[in-house]
Amino acid sequence: MSTPSPKGQLTRDEVAHLAHLSRLAVSDEELDLFAGQLAAVLDAVAQVGKADVSDVAPTTHAVPMTNVMRPDVARPSLPRDVVLAGAPAAEDDRFRVPRILGEEA
Amino acid sequence: MSDTLVDFDEVLTRYEPVIGLETHVELGTASKMFCGCSTTFGAEPNTQTCPVCLGLPGSLPVVNADAIESTIRIGLALGCRIASWSRFARKNYFYPDIPKGFQTSQYDEPLCTAGHLDVELDGETYRVEIERVHIEEDTGKNLHVGGATGRIHGADHSLVDYNRAGIPLVEIVTRPIPGAGAKAPEVARAYVTELREILLALGVSEVRMEQGNLRSDVNTSLAPIGSLEWGTRTETKNVNSLRSVERSVRFEMRRQAAVLDAGERVVQETRHFHEDTGSTSSGRSKEEATDYRYFPEPDLVPIAPDEEWIDELRAALPELPAARRIRLREEWGLSDTEMAWLVNAGAVELVSDTVAAGASPADARKWWLGELARRANDAGTELSQLAVTPAQVAELIGLVAAGTVNDQLARQALDGVLAGEGDPAAVVESRGLAVMGDSDELVAAVEAAIEGNPDVADKVRGGKVQAIGALVGAVMKTTRGKADAGTVKRMLEERLVSE
Repeated sequence: MSTPSPKGQLTRDEVAHLAHLSRLAVSDEELDLFAGQLAAVLDAVAQVGKADVSDVAPTTHAVPMTNVMRPDVARPSLPRDVVLAGAPAAEDDRFRVPRILGEEA
Repeated sequence: MSDTLVDFDEVLTRYEPVIGLETHVELGTASKMFCGCSTTFGAEPNTQTCPVCLGLPGSLPVVNADAIESTIRIGLALGCRIASWSRFARKNYFYPDIPKGFQTSQYDEPLCTAGHLDVELDGETYRVEIERVHIEEDTGKNLHVGGATGRIHGADHSLVDYNRAGIPLVEIVTRPIPGAGAKAPEVARAYVTELREILLALGVSEVRMEQGNLRSDVNTSLAPIGSLEWGTRTETKNVNSLRSVERSVRFEMRRQAAVLDAGERVVQETRHFHEDTGSTSSGRSKEEATDYRYFPEPDLVPIAPDEEWIDELRAALPELPAARRIRLREEWGLSDTEMAWLVNAGAVELVSDTVAAGASPADARKWWLGELARRANDAGTELSQLAVTPAQVAELIGLVAAGTVNDQLARQALDGVLAGEGDPAAVVESRGLAVMGDSDELVAAVEAAIEGNPDVADKVRGGKVQAIGALVGAVMKTTRGKADAGTVKRMLEERLVSE
């Protein structure tokens, strides 16, 4: 993995790495463009860091609840034709996906 | 491409192995981890999915309470500390076996940590430290189309079945296990064997390895003897039989030794095990796959098991296999070695159930380690896979004890049971296998044997009592083995030997 850049900046390498992890084809021009745009996004988010939270206890979740669980009971699933109707492509009652280069199941 | 291998014994003259195992267990819950879809094995593809396990927008997961309970029970059985606060995390990766783009797992806040499992091997005990036990969800199944091997190389495209996606999966991770030396492959196997026994005793999973209920990632590394640092490890993925666990460690030790001998470095990578050749081959590079960008799952609230619940679960744990073996060994009056044979044959539960069904421990042991082991061996299967129940074996033993059949006829009755003809008593009836009593037919057969072998009869009359065996044999032949040899001998003696 590439070295993290200083705050508020994002290197082309980092954008290329993220693009690869997301399996997005990004051109060289786009790398420059996105590096700038994403840096702006990070800057915006970084504003949160300016808030004084010294009196605030860390919050782990927006809802202060624990142990929300359901009993182990099976319920009907969706009909297969409905499920596969949402697939970009289907074959033999399965989702058909492009092969993924360089990786093995 | 074939790897250069160093002879196993030679590896040990220069290197010290360190192993480690990550074992995945599919829980036997009725529904999936985060939704109510059924978990039935072998259903038609994509008939057990819903918006949650398909990762459709707007769907929200809800935790399966039984899965949490099972995970805690596994942790308790392994002597783990149960976290009072535990969270789920998203493990982000791009692969179509997970439709959501991430696997809901646990990261830095697992449910159970710091346990251990003692593994016995050839009279020695190896303590395997357990690093963590956490809960996550299983992935879908990919079928690669167009490739010759079903693997992705050469495949045109893949077909995915999401029935398995979202089934509760417990991951049990050991700490590195050094110091096993030549026993490293067997320790790895013995650990998975014992873990499987514990999971069976807990009743949390069917642990059918052939169905993929339990699969291990096996880490192996070598370091020069005396070295203070451990070597680079490889991770052999999804090894799904006990035998393969042992073989994969053995192979990696031999392969890595050759790499190191040549002055090269072992590449840290995932590898695949090949059942047919017992070898491993390089899988995808681990380098980028580890970039999972974990973060806390915002759609699930933390699990905070209270002390009371944990104590309740601890108190309700069943007798664990190690304690059970000691108790049964004493009850059955066996030596350590005799008990070890039963354990190795996978026959402890079978014998126990047979004894529970009324047989004596000695008879139960004799049948399972003798005739039944032979049948399993001939069929190339495990004892537990034979089409005969412990209750049926106990019934058969009862028929022998009552004198209804002798050992030979009992074996024929077993043939019938294994062929699906019914319970032993029914097979004895339908096949006409019952031993002849002191019947007219038997008397006639005895007389015929004496008349047919006058020389032998005379010898017996003349005091050569051991010659009676030939006459017993003749009677057994006429009656096609259905007579009781003891009865026949007694009847012959009554006629030929005068006190």
